[in-house]
Amino acid sequence: MSLPEKAEAYWKANISLVIKLMVVWFVVSFGCGILFVDALNSISIGGIKLGFFFAQQGSIYVFVGLIFYYVWKMGQIDREFDVHED
Amino acid sequence: MELQTWIYLAVGGTFALYMGIAVWARAGSTKEFYVAGGGVNPVANGMATAADWMSAASFISMAGLIAFKGYDASAYLMGWTGGYVLLALLLAPYLRKFGKFTVPEFIGDRYYSQTARLVAVLCLIVASITYVIGQMKGVGVAFGRFLEVDFETGVLIGMAIVFFYAVLGGMKGITYTQIAQYCVLIFAYTVPAIFISMQLTGNPLPQLGLGSTLSDGSGMAVLEKLDKIVMDLGFSQYTEAQGAMLNTFLLTASLMIGTAGLPHVIIRFFTVPKVSDARKSAGWALVFIAILYTTAPAVGAMARMNLMDTIQTGPIGDPQANLVYEERPQWMRNWETTGLLQYEDKNGDGRIQYYNDQNPEFAAKAAAFGWKGNEMVKVDRDIMVLANPEIAKLPNWVIALVAAGGLAAALSTAAGLLLAISSSISHDLLKGTFMPNISEKGELMAGRIAMAGAIVVAGYLGMNPPGFAAQVVALAFGLAASSIFPALMMGIFSKRINKAGAICGMLSGLLFTLIYIFVYKGWFFVVGTNMLPNTPESWVLGIAPESIGAVGALVNFTVAFLVSRVTAAPPVHIQELVESIRVPRGAGTAHAH
Repeated sequence: MSLPEKAEAYWKANISLVIKLMVVWFVVSFGCGILFVDALNSISIGGIKLGFFFAQQGSIYVFVGLIFYYVWKMGQIDREFDVHED
Repeated sequence: MELQTWIYLAVGGTFALYMGIAVWARAGSTKEFYVAGGGVNPVANGMATAADWMSAASFISMAGLIAFKGYDASAYLMGWTGGYVLLALLLAPYLRKFGKFTVPEFIGDRYYSQTARLVAVLCLIVASITYVIGQMKGVGVAFGRFLEVDFETGVLIGMAIVFFYAVLGGMKGITYTQIAQYCVLIFAYTVPAIFISMQLTGNPLPQLGLGSTLSDGSGMAVLEKLDKIVMDLGFSQYTEAQGAMLNTFLLTASLMIGTAGLPHVIIRFFTVPKVSDARKSAGWALVFIAILYTTAPAVGAMARMNLMDTIQTGPIGDPQANLVYEERPQWMRNWETTGLLQYEDKNGDGRIQYYNDQNPEFAAKAAAFGWKGNEMVKVDRDIMVLANPEIAKLPNWVIALVAAGGLAAALSTAAGLLLAISSSISHDLLKGTFMPNISEKGELMAGRIAMAGAIVVAGYLGMNPPGFAAQVVALAFGLAASSIFPALMMGIFSKRINKAGAICGMLSGLLFTLIYIFVYKGWFFVVGTNMLPNTPESWVLGIAPESIGAVGALVNFTVAFLVSRVTAAPPVHIQELVESIRVPRGAGTAHAH
């Protein structure tokens, strides 16, 4: 691959990862916590309604997981395209 | 030991620690003053970012908001954490690669325009000043309640402390004090929560306690019981949505986008050595924030339950089942003297009836019981966290810890905001615009003077809060969401957005958002100048002024895109700049021009 092609491929890989993660981000917060909260509230896990759980706890745990997955995956992509630091 | 002795010990001890750090972490160059030298460990920076981010509002007000709004407060929980996903995936690594000192500097360089830079400076200063006034007020209130000094003295002491480490150390001093402040505030927040969760459910983890069964033998889960208690007294159900879905959706989106666009948070990511560290650091910041944010729902629910149970001691309607006013616990007496809790014996029975007298369905029942209206005429939400240890009868040292924690939360956020303000004055306005030939030493001195000036202005406004001070969520988050975030994101993800597009986009997003807020809250927040009443019925599609920032961001994106399409593409060197910030290699450390 030529240099500009490689840069373009790297950027594409990055964007596709970001889009995937943003979909999860949207689904757990806006989806489970707001749009479908009533439907999920009909299910209870432990003593907590599922929709309420996503809105006040679950989405936050997923956010943390998303960022660390991004860190790990981007590290891989950086090395694959040889644009990593040191 | 006496409570007061403990409080002096906790507050005095933490303040001595901050002063010690200030002396140790003095800044010797502009690089140290603006970005702490650029060598901060990503985990340490995550901790500092968490303290920078979690303000008096997060520490004191959020659990109270959850306690009284239940599900409807979820927008704040998701909004103020979900923004970090945007920050990590869309902004932080790229802005770190760009490697300069301030947020307006990126906007000015990327859009090759001094005008764009100045618009960004203006948004930054308005958003940060609005935000910092609330912190100064929080410091004054905390001192007033715990150290028995008056409000003004409290603010002055707070100013003196921040002055010491922020003027001397700049970002370097602020970073290390913020790390200490995070430790103080998270310890102060979680210890009472663990005790209360143990008392109510036997589960030491508040996050799990929230979903557990009560240990009072009722066999009911915490939230089940809470739903029942509040609904039996005519309040709305705790776990179900009361507000309109569209508004909750947009409020969450506005808070997320606003969080990612707040300059005092973004500049923290300029202090780490590498691009990959900026990514990691955002993850760590969210871990440290999540410890408090996932505890808050448990604190809110349990505090509400304790409050209701204290007053309604038995079956509703039984005349013996309401707390006798003269036998009220000590913490109620303490908070009555501050005016944040008020009782009025409306039916003259000497007992407290606490219920929702605005609920028409419950009115008939209340009348049959001989109740003549809700007698807890004022229960300020903010006391829920502060009174929590007293309500749960925890030892004095825990109460003292909460006082020190509240102060740490307010001071750490104030310092971060003040740095964002002073660096944009000394670096963007002086060095970048009016005095480009200023020496490094001169710029460092200008930075210190700007910091001192900003502290004095913030302190003055904290003592004499103007109308806009209470509008942090609407104004600060609205501005960050509608002007700063879109300009940064498009600057990274599009090579085609040009100077004209960015400026038109920022201005239209900004104006749209401000006008919508002013129409309902009064022009420049002057009371009585609002053109429509600030009620859900008169909001367009039920969208509150606090929730409009996301729509403003959309306006910004659209206008910037359309204007850029019909005008010339950015020059080649700008397109090359965008290409270079997209690649991690070669970040080097943050540098001046």
